[in-house]
Parts: sequence; C-alpha cells; structure tokens
Amino acid sequence: MKPRRSAKFILALFFVALLFVPFVLQRRDTRHAAAQGAISSATALARYGFYFDEVSKQAGINFIHEAPTLDPRLDAIMPEVASMGASVSIVDFDRDGWPDLYVTNSAIGSRNHLYRNMHDGTFQDVAEKMGVADVNRAGTGVSMGAVWGDYDNDGYEDMFLIKWGKPELFHNDHGHGFTQVGDEAGLPPWINANTAVWFDYDGDGKLDLFVGGYYPENVNLWKLDNTRMMPESFEYAKNGGRKYLFHNLGNGKFEEVSQKVGITSRRWALAAAAADLRGTGRQDLFIANDYGVSELFLNDGGRFHEAGQQTGVGAAPKSGMNAAFGDIFDQGKYSIYVSNISEEGVLIQGNNLWVPDESAPKGSLRYTNMARDMGVELGGWSFGAQFGDLNNDGNLDLYLVNGYVSLDRSKSYWYDFTKIAGGNSTIIDDAKNWPAMKGRSLSGYQQKKVWLNDGEGKFEDVARAVGVADTHDGRSVAMADLWNRGVLDVVVANQRGPLLVYKNHVKPGNRWIEFALEGTRSNRSAIGAEVTVYWNGKQQIQQVSGGSGFAAQNDRRLHFGLGPDAQIDKAVIRWPSGTKQVVHDLAPDKLYHILEAK
Amino acid sequence: MSQTLSAEGVGQGNSSAGWKRFLSPENRYLSPILITAILLAGQLSYGILESFARTLLAIVTSIVAELVLSKIFYGRWPHLASAYISGISVGILIRSPAFWPYALCALISITSKYLFRVNGRHIWNPSNFGISAMLVLASATVAGLSIQWGNFLWPMIVIWALGSAIIWRLHRFHICATYVVSFMGFAFLRSWMTGSPWQSEIAPITGPMYQLFVFFMITDPKTTVKAKWAQCVVVFAVAGVEMVLRLHQAVYAPFYALFLVGPLALLLETYLASRQRRAYAMAA
Repeated sequence: MKPRRSAKFILALFFVALLFVPFVLQRRDTRHAAAQGAISSATALARYGFYFDEVSKQAGINFIHEAPTLDPRLDAIMPEVASMGASVSIVDFDRDGWPDLYVTNSAIGSRNHLYRNMHDGTFQDVAEKMGVADVNRAGTGVSMGAVWGDYDNDGYEDMFLIKWGKPELFHNDHGHGFTQVGDEAGLPPWINANTAVWFDYDGDGKLDLFVGGYYPENVNLWKLDNTRMMPESFEYAKNGGRKYLFHNLGNGKFEEVSQKVGITSRRWALAAAAADLRGTGRQDLFIANDYGVSELFLNDGGRFHEAGQQTGVGAAPKSGMNAAFGDIFDQGKYSIYVSNISEEGVLIQGNNLWVPDESAPKGSLRYTNMARDMGVELGGWSFGAQFGDLNNDGNLDLYLVNGYVSLDRSKSYWYDFTKIAGGNSTIIDDAKNWPAMKGRSLSGYQQKKVWLNDGEGKFEDVARAVGVADTHDGRSVAMADLWNRGVLDVVVANQRGPLLVYKNHVKPGNRWIEFALEGTRSNRSAIGAEVTVYWNGKQQIQQVSGGSGFAAQNDRRLHFGLGPDAQIDKAVIRWPSGTKQVVHDLAPDKLYHILEAK
Repeated sequence: MSQTLSAEGVGQGNSSAGWKRFLSPENRYLSPILITAILLAGQLSYGILESFARTLLAIVTSIVAELVLSKIFYGRWPHLASAYISGISVGILIRSPAFWPYALCALISITSKYLFRVNGRHIWNPSNFGISAMLVLASATVAGLSIQWGNFLWPMIVIWALGSAIIWRLHRFHICATYVVSFMGFAFLRSWMTGSPWQSEIAPITGPMYQLFVFFMITDPKTTVKAKWAQCVVVFAVAGVEMVLRLHQAVYAPFYALFLVGPLALLLETYLASRQRRAYAMAA
C-alpha cells in the first residue's frame, strides 16, 4: 500500500515542526537570558531590590590565589589536577563583633591570609602576626580550605585547616594568635581532603570534626609512587580518600571513630555539610561526591546509616561539588543544593536542588530534585554555592560560582576530556593515559549565577543585572553581613584568581533580623543550633553551620530578611543540647545576641 | 529403556532446535531481548539511566508513534520490535535532566523512518537520526552517553562476548568485527598523528555507548547494504569518517559518521541495483 501524497506532506510538516522544538525552547531561554544583561545599579535596586559593588581593592584586599604545582608526571594535566584550593571562610576570630575573612593559598611556600575587619570598610591581613600564614611549607602539602569551630569551648573560634597534606588544627589563643595543636590532638599525618565540617554528632556539647578525603591518603601528590591515582570511573569511582570522624574527647584530643559509627566510604568527597534533616535533634551528614552519587549519613544517635539511595539524593551519579542547606519555601524545612557539571553539547548533568517530598510517608525522608522546575539547574561547571536572602525580601536566594579551568579562550579540552572520561577504569585511573591539556580551557570563563527566589517556586538569574560579571574560576563562596549593615555581603575565592568582595546594597524598606548565638550546655559556637523566625504568617529556619558550600563557611551569625512591614511573632531556637528557647518581643533591623538558657 | 533414550533424544533435539530457532535471524525478539538485558544489567548494578521514567517515556513514545504512523501510512499494525529498540536506544543513549528530549528524540527517530524512504526502505537508522538531531539541535539540554557503566573490566567483557555471540548467530558479526578493527586501527593512527596517548584514543570504545552503537546501530538490517563485503566496506567508511570527525574534536563522532555514511551507502546500493536491473532489462 502506497502512502498518500497528502499524508506524506503532513508528515513532512510535522517532522520539520519537531526539529524546530529545541530551537524554539532555546530561543525562549536566550531571550530570557538577554533580559538579564547589565543594567544600572539604580535600575537593579528598583527591579530586584539589591545590587553589588565589588570592593576588594577599596577594602584593602589584593589577594590572588596560587595553585599548587604537583609531581612533574602530572604536568600534562596539571591545570586540571591542581584545580582546587581557593577557599574562604568567615569568622569573627577576635570576638570584636565584626566578621573577619580567612583565605587559603595553595602553592608551596605561598601564604594564607587572615583579613581582620577594621570596622571602617577595610581589612588588614594579620595572618603572619597570628601564625596562620606560613602553612603551605614543602613536605606538608598545601591548603584546600578552612573551617572554624570552638572545639574547647573557650569562647574563641579555632581553625581546622583542610589540606592536601598534613592536616592542621590551630587553637585560637583568645584572638591574640594561634597555636598549632594538630599533633597533640591526634590528627593523622596526611589526608588529601577538600572538605571538613565541625558538628557535635553525639550531642555531648563538644564539637567533633568530619573530614572527607578526596585523593587516597597514601598518595603524596608531590612525590607520586605511580600515576594510577586518578578516579577509576567518571561516575562510579570508589577509589578516593577515606572519611574521618574525629570525636572530641574534651582534653584537646580527638579519637577517630568513622568506622565505629558507620561512616565508611571511599568516594571522592568534595563538599560536606551537616544539618538536622529529620527533626531528631541530631545533625545528619550530607556528602557531595565527585565522580559518583551523593551520600546522606543519617544520625541515629552515635551511629550513622547511609540513606542516599533510600532518600533519593544518592540515586543518580554526577560530579557533586557543593552542599548547602536552605529553607527556600519558608516552610521550616531544608532543601539541599548540590552543584554538578553542565557543558552545552557535551555533558548535561544539571545541578540538584533536593526538596523534601511532602508526599513521603510520615516519618520517612525523601527528596525530589526540583532544580529544573525552579530554574537553578544549569550553572556550567559549578562549584560553591550558598543560600542567603540577598534583598531582604524574606526568601532565600542562591549565589553560585563556576568555571573550571580558564586558559586559552579559543581552545577547549572538552573533547579529550570526554574521550578519557568514557574509558574503562584501567585507562581512566592512570594519569599518564590522559591527553595533555596544552593550555586549553575546560569550561572556562563562565558567568556566575545569582538566582533570585521569587517566593513562588522560581529562581531568576540576575547576576549581571546586579553587578556580578566576573568570569574567574570560582570555587568558594561565603556570605556575611561584613559591615553590620543588615545586609548579606558575598565573598568569592577564585582558583588562580583574585578574592572578590561583593558589597551588597539593598533597597531601603525591606527589614531584617540577625542572631548571634552562644551555647552554654551546647558547644559554645552554637554550631547545629537552629533558629526559626515567625513573621507575617511566614516562618523560616536557619542553622549555625560548621562548614557548607564548597570549602567555605558562612558567618556564624544568622541573617533573616523579612520584607517590608515585618511583624515578628517570635523566634524559636533549638540548641544542639535539646534546649528549646522561645524569644518574643523582637524588633526588626536588629542583631540579637542570645545565650543558651542554662 | 530404549523408549526413554529415544524420548531423551527427541527432547534434546527439540531443545536444540528451539535454541536454534530462538537464536536465528528470523527471531525478531532477539535484539530487543539483548538490549533489554543490557539495560537491566546496567541499571540494576550501577543505575546507568538518567531515570527509568525517562527511558520508559522514550520507549512508549516510540511505540505509539510507530503504531500511529504504520496504521496511517500502511494501514496495518506493525511489528513493534524495531520501535522498541529505537525507544530503548534513545532512552539509554541521550542524557538530559529534562523529560521532553526523550519524547522528542523518539518522535523524530520514528518519524524519520516514515519520511525518508527510497524504494520502500528507510535510509537512516531511526535512533541514529534522532540522536544526531538532538545532539546538534538541543545541545543546551541534551548530551550523549559518554561515560562508563561501572568500574570493572569484566562486565564490559561479558557484554562484548555475549553481544558478539548473538550477533554471530544473526550472521552480522563481520560488521561489528570490521568496525572494531577499523576503529582500533584509526585510534592508533590518531594517536600517532596527535601525540595523544593511545590509551585515550581507544578509551571510548571501552564504554557502553560503543557497545550499543556496534551491536544495535551499525548492524540494523533495515539500514545496512545487502552484500556482506559491502557491509564491511560501509562500516570501514563509517570508522574512517569518524576518524576525520574526531580529528576535528567531534565528541559524538560515531553517531555523526553513521548519519553521513549510512544513507549514502544505501542510496548508492539502490542506484547500482536499479542500473543493474535496467542493464538486465535491456539485455533481455
């Protein structure tokens, strides 16, 4: 039977229409993106309620990150292997009420910087004076990040220095200097880590420390035994570094208990964060792994069980590089943001926004990935991200940095990368099999994302419109109200690039409230304490974090935007000790210092 | 005893004949069974799919499109093995966090089959057409499967061995073998030309994308030429074009190479056949 000519014609039309579908969808997205081009600060303020000024130079910060130079046998792919180490953590190390910045460097002999907030819009590097600058000495490895927590409850934040190398713990001597105490504390001689989190996993009032290995701990990247140190698979690798959970014994010593409590994994951890996801009063541990699925270790009280598959967050293997929690719907529940890789025409993993599934049976925890629906899926080669209310409208926004290796703009390494990434483990795990980069870029020069939450289930990228136009290789992002103005400023650490300080200007009229918590029965840093603010019929939960994002830590003070005409009903504080504290008579536009009720 | 022996003998004969029938080119369920086995093994052991739902969407779309178009154009309900393979290939071989590319790719694949026909034969492998179209037209949302399933060598060896055995029974092993040998030869040539480690040049063929490409795309009976020697020449040409595309850094070179070479080969075969028919007719 011969098809009729008219039917064939209609089929041809239908076929052409099908081919046009991606074009139409892409055109719609492009038009949308074009609407987000650079605009004046006044327009940004009127349209979005805020804009940023990059003020690092005015603030006296002139920091350029130096990447490590590893074993010469890795020379061909050095830019890719040595692609991490830029980090920023925010801490008030001298307890003067103004957030300071700690920034890591990663070349042997390079100095880390501790920028003390001078209260006048500037910062001064005091790292040398405080004894936390010269920490990248030959033979000890180099810095990858830092997390702060008061492990001995003396009121001053101590620092754990994350390294590819000898991990270091620095005791804060009452804001006057730091003493290296890693050996006395019982830390192992070498970990190749990119993430660590302070949290009190057993609720004993003392901060414990999780450290997630990336490369195996027996690999010295400066003196390789052999070149078989790469992941055995692009999405199923389990030959990475081990995990450590250092239980704080309270006498300046820590006991490594990861095996004992059930945290056994050799996936390639890049980002970890802890939060009480089930309302049990105990913090659970989320790990975003490179080359594989994320892991969620639920805290059963002294022991953990891995529930990534069961909760949905560990179903699809990707390249996890960030873990951040945020109550994006103002419903008193955390969503989790995990960044991955998306490169047009090559690899579309898409970032994950894991939103608690309301339809899950009572008592069970289940997440759905809403990144696509909410507009925060495609962020290039994404790294660090943090939630924060950037325009004080009462909804948590999302700031994402990205860009992997920016070298020759006109030449891409992607083709060679996909060739080797698809290879069997016997090929991919040996660095000598990887094609040379030869100065080519790999997802370089990418535009950052500032996703504004409209409160109705959509995020809109307004980065360029609000003054974020840099295209450095972003790694770590942290937020704080740097100058006590009631707005969240943003600090970005870039690999082989400058430290950027984005000063936020928010439209007057949107109100805010901040909390600085101090534990008494709980750890003094109050890490793990949760504050739920109830206002205008809404509620939002935030927690004090011992590290989140990628190699980053936000200020411990919690900042809530409230929008205009804010009537605050109360704030409920749940401390890690289990103490619940309800605070009434709160006025907006104030910072409240709250001591845990004894 | 003899009856028993005889019965056993008959039984063995039936069983053997059954297997032979099952593993024969006439069994149109063999390829669907093989690709389903690969899918299930990969998904259950490593979770290879973006999601079951997406793959299912591609399969259902493909089958529905085949049913509708066959009924409209030929007035009959079609055998669904081919549509099933197209759908499942799309479901495995494209990767996208969105759902729509799976449905669209399946629709494009099946529609192309009914649109581009010469002398009653469709000239593009449907899923090859659909996947190539999506990789070019929807690159912002769609990528191809370009990673390993798992970390181990043995699953790869099992799939290659099992696939080869079945393809052998289907009398198409020479196509796969020619392609693999050609690919390897060109890989070493590329390594010599570009200075890349030879391991990186052969790395892609160790991945599942190539397993599916070799067993299910280049061997598709409907879109390959008839003569055995010509089939070998065509896949050699596919590997050659792929080599050129790879030198120009095309990530999805095998799909594009088949897209270009496959129809040309069929058109050439059709032309030569018609010329031969004319010559016979004139001679007669």
